[in-house]
Amino acid sequence: MSTQFDIFKVLIGNGTDADYEKKPVIIQGITGSFGSTHTRLMRSYGTNVAAGVTPGKGGSHFESIPVFDSMNEAIESTGSNISGIFVPAPFFYNAAKEALDSGIKLLVAIPEHVPIIDSIKIFEYAEKKGARMIGPNTPGVIIPDTMKVGIMPAQPFKKGNTVVFSRSGTLMYEVSFHLSNSGYGQRLGLGIGGDPINGTNLIDSFDLIRERDDVDSVVVVGEIGGDAEEMLADYLIRTNFSKPVVAYIAGRSAPKEKRMGHAGAIVYGNYGSADSKINNYSKANVPVAKSPREVPLLLRTLLRK
Amino acid sequence: MRLLEYQGKELFNQFGIKTPKSMLAQNIEDARAAVQNLGYPFVLKSQLTVGGRGKAGAIQKCKDSDELETKFAELLNKEVKGELPRGILLEKMVEIVKEIYLSIFLNRSKRCFSIIASSEGGVDIEQTDNKLILDITIDGISEELAYEIATKLGIPKDSHENFKSLLINLFRLIVGKEAELAEINPLAIISDGSLLALDAKVIIDDNALFRHKDLLKYLYLTDLEKQASDNGFSFVELDGNIAIIGNGAGLVMSTLDMVTDANGTAGSFLDFGGRATSETIYEAIKVISRLPKIQAILVNLFGGIVRTDLVALGILEAYKNNILRVPVFARISGAQSEKAKELLQGSEARLFDTVEEAINAAVLKVKSDR
Repeated sequence: MSTQFDIFKVLIGNGTDADYEKKPVIIQGITGSFGSTHTRLMRSYGTNVAAGVTPGKGGSHFESIPVFDSMNEAIESTGSNISGIFVPAPFFYNAAKEALDSGIKLLVAIPEHVPIIDSIKIFEYAEKKGARMIGPNTPGVIIPDTMKVGIMPAQPFKKGNTVVFSRSGTLMYEVSFHLSNSGYGQRLGLGIGGDPINGTNLIDSFDLIRERDDVDSVVVVGEIGGDAEEMLADYLIRTNFSKPVVAYIAGRSAPKEKRMGHAGAIVYGNYGSADSKINNYSKANVPVAKSPREVPLLLRTLLRK
Repeated sequence: MRLLEYQGKELFNQFGIKTPKSMLAQNIEDARAAVQNLGYPFVLKSQLTVGGRGKAGAIQKCKDSDELETKFAELLNKEVKGELPRGILLEKMVEIVKEIYLSIFLNRSKRCFSIIASSEGGVDIEQTDNKLILDITIDGISEELAYEIATKLGIPKDSHENFKSLLINLFRLIVGKEAELAEINPLAIISDGSLLALDAKVIIDDNALFRHKDLLKYLYLTDLEKQASDNGFSFVELDGNIAIIGNGAGLVMSTLDMVTDANGTAGSFLDFGGRATSETIYEAIKVISRLPKIQAILVNLFGGIVRTDLVALGILEAYKNNILRVPVFARISGAQSEKAKELLQGSEARLFDTVEEAINAAVLKVKSDR
C-alpha cells in the first residue's frame, strides 16, 4: 500500500488552491432516502457536494445539486476525485467499480453488509488504480469544523490536534464527544469500518498522519475480532511511531464465537480476543482506556509527559 | 454462519471434494435405518457449531446395535459448551495412510485469502508451529502452487494430482459460496491414494447470503434471533439479567463491558443500528420481553439525530401495552432530552445524563431484587 496518499490534500487541498476546503464531492445514491438525508447534513457542515449519481435520474436536481446517470458524466462536469457511496450493499460493487473506472481517487464506502468478496475485489482494484477506499461499513471521514464525507453527527467533533481512528461508528462519536469536552479537538476523524476487510486499515490510517505537524496525538478505537490492533502495535514498535497514542477496545466481556453486531467483531480461540489486543498494546506502550470517558484522561497524562 | 459438519460436507461433495460415506440421523429410528445402508462399525458424530467435540466426548465409535442404542441416545442429549446437537452423523471409518491439515481462510489484516497447511492432521492449528501460510489472490490458485504445497507436506507422489484438484476445488468453494473459512481437519490420504475430508468446518459470509438462496436452508435461528433479525437488529443472548439496547455495535459492546465492570451481568446484546425512533425501541423491547430472566433494561443511545422524546414515547407505549414489566435505565444523548425526562415522569423508566449513572442505577436495582 502506498504511503504517499495524502488524505488532507485530497479532502481539502492546499491553502493556495482556488477551491481550498471546498473540494468537490460526488454522492453515489444521492436520491435515496439515506443519501439525500446525509447530503443535506454534509452540505450544511461545509462539504461541497458538487454532484450526485443515480442511474436513471440523470438531468434532474437534488436541491440544486445536479444528478447524473453515470460517474463519468459527474466527474466531467465537476472535476471531482472524491466519491461518497450511499447505495445499498448489494449495489456497492458496481457503484465502486464504476467510480474507480472513472478516475475517483478516494472512495468513502458507507454501506453496511457488503459481501467480503466484493470488498476484497474493490480493494485490489483500487490498489491497481492508485486509489483509496475508506470502509465499507464506515461512518466516513470528517475534518472537524471544515467538511465531512459520511454520516457522523457534527456535534461531538471539534477542531483540534488529536486524531480519532475507529472501527465503530457510534463509539467514534462517543469518544470524540469526550475528547472535545475535555479540550482535545480533532484534526481528523476517520472510521475504518466494522467489517473484516477495511480499505484503509489502522496501519494505513496511521501512515496518513505520522508526518503531520498539526497532529499531536492519536486515539484509536478498536474492538474484538481480527488482528488489526495486534498489527498496529507491531507497526508502532517497528516504525518508532513518536506521537502519543491512546487506545480503547470494546467487547472485553463478549462471549467467544458470537458475532457482536459488526461482521468483524468475533473471537475465535485467542484470535481476536481483547486480551491479545491489550497485551500487544502494552508491548507498544499504548495505554488502553476502560471506558470512553477515560480516553481523554489517559491522553492528558501522555501529553503532559 | 457456521455450517454444521454434514452441511459443510454437502458443499464439499458439490465441489468434488470426497468425504467418507455417511448418513445424518435426527432420532434413533433414522439411525437404525441408516445402519441398513452403512453397516457396522462406524463413528457417531454430534452435529454442533462449537469446537472441541472430540475432547468433550461427542464423537464415539460404534461397533454393534447395542452400542448404537446407548451411545446414540447419550450423544443426542449431550450438551457441549451449552449447545445441544442438531442431529448425529453416522460415518464409516476409513484406512488412513496419512493425515494432514488444510484450510483456506479470510486473512483480515492482509485483505486476501490465505492457505494454511500442515503435515500434522487433527491438531489444533493455533497451537502448532508446523504449518505453511500462503497468501493467494482472488484470481485463484495455480497448479504449480498446489504441487509445491503437496511436496512440502510430504504427500506421497501418487496423491499429488488428487491434492492439486482438491485444493483448487476448495478455493472454488470459497469463492463460489462466499465462505470466510473452509477447513478440512483432518484430510486423510487413504490406501488407494485418494483424499477424503474427515471433517468440515465452513463459515459462510452472512452478508453474501442474498445471492446464495441455496444456502438459506442452513440458516438456523432461534425464534428470538429470528424476531430480532426480521427487525434488522443484531441480537445475542447472554447469561445475565440486564438487557442492553443501543445504537451501534461498538457502543453496545462498550456498554456491556461497563456493566460487567460495575459487577452487573448482561442478559442480552441488542444493537438496533442507525435509526432510533419510537418504533425501533418498541420492537427492541418486544424482543427483550421474551426473555424472562431480564430484570432491568439499560438503554444507551448516542447520536446527533436521535430524537430522545420519540424514544421516550416508544418506552411508554411498551409499558402501556404491558409488553414491558421491568424498569428501564436510559442514557439518551440527543435532541429534546428535557421533554423526554418530563414524559417519563411517573413511569418505571428513568433518564440519566451519563451512561455510568444509568449503569450504576440498573446494577443496584437488580441487586436489591435478590
